[in-house]
Amino acid sequence: MLLNQFLILGAILFCIGVYGVIARKNAVLVLMSIELILNSVNINLLAFSLRNGSTDGHTFALYVIAIAAAEVGVGLAMVLLMYRNRRSVGLDELSEMKG
Amino acid sequence: MIAADLLVAQNVGFYLIAAIMVFGAFRVVTTNNVVHAALWLVVVLAGAAAQYVLLAAEFVAITQVLVYIGAVMVLFLFGTMLTRAKIGTDSELNNKNWFMGIPVSVLLLATLVIALNDGFGDEQLPTDAAVTTTQQVSDQIFGPYLLPFWALSFVLLAATIGAIVLARRD
Repeated sequence: MLLNQFLILGAILFCIGVYGVIARKNAVLVLMSIELILNSVNINLLAFSLRNGSTDGHTFALYVIAIAAAEVGVGLAMVLLMYRNRRSVGLDELSEMKG
Repeated sequence: MIAADLLVAQNVGFYLIAAIMVFGAFRVVTTNNVVHAALWLVVVLAGAAAQYVLLAAEFVAITQVLVYIGAVMVLFLFGTMLTRAKIGTDSELNNKNWFMGIPVSVLLLATLVIALNDGFGDEQLPTDAAVTTTQQVSDQIFGPYLLPFWALSFVLLAATIGAIVLARRD
């Protein structure tokens, strides 16, 4: 197996995630796109870990998974709060801080 | 030494799973139904777990299945069902200027692919690597990476308390 095929798979998933973050209005879908981005990072970490023959990448991949879980918890709590206050989860309606 | 047909099988498995993952990821960002997006995300996450097995990272693969497919997806489905009155197709999921995402992501992908091809070319992964055992991973976590582990514990604690404080009704 080539190293590059894993890295390019990670790059493709990363770019699809970036597209989702830019294009989506629904806050839950933006969080899902962020999960895609974090997963592509994990694939890269594990590919380099196998290439270098070390286990450091595994440790960091586990830490990334834990951070992602925490991020989803807080993010969905914020989405719930937003829905409770304005009955919508559209990110384009959060414009109070615009000058 | 690993036989050549096993390498062929690994490559076939890789490209099959990669195609499913890319298609699933594409559906996550293009579908008009939030629940369908969550279910396509399950496909992508399961494919990622399979790729981790190909990369000789069994513990991370199992953690991926437990944490992502088990816990995070349940959170996503709860979030979807608590925030959307109607479950079904919805034409208002995208921004007005959603098409601006296409050039950004295509340019980013082109840059990344060129840089990766330039940097790593046709470098082979080692074929005789031993599977990383759980003991090795735990020796790393509770050895040289203990301080980030503690920091991560505090992050999780803060996130739990923050989520409860944000979401409770008072």
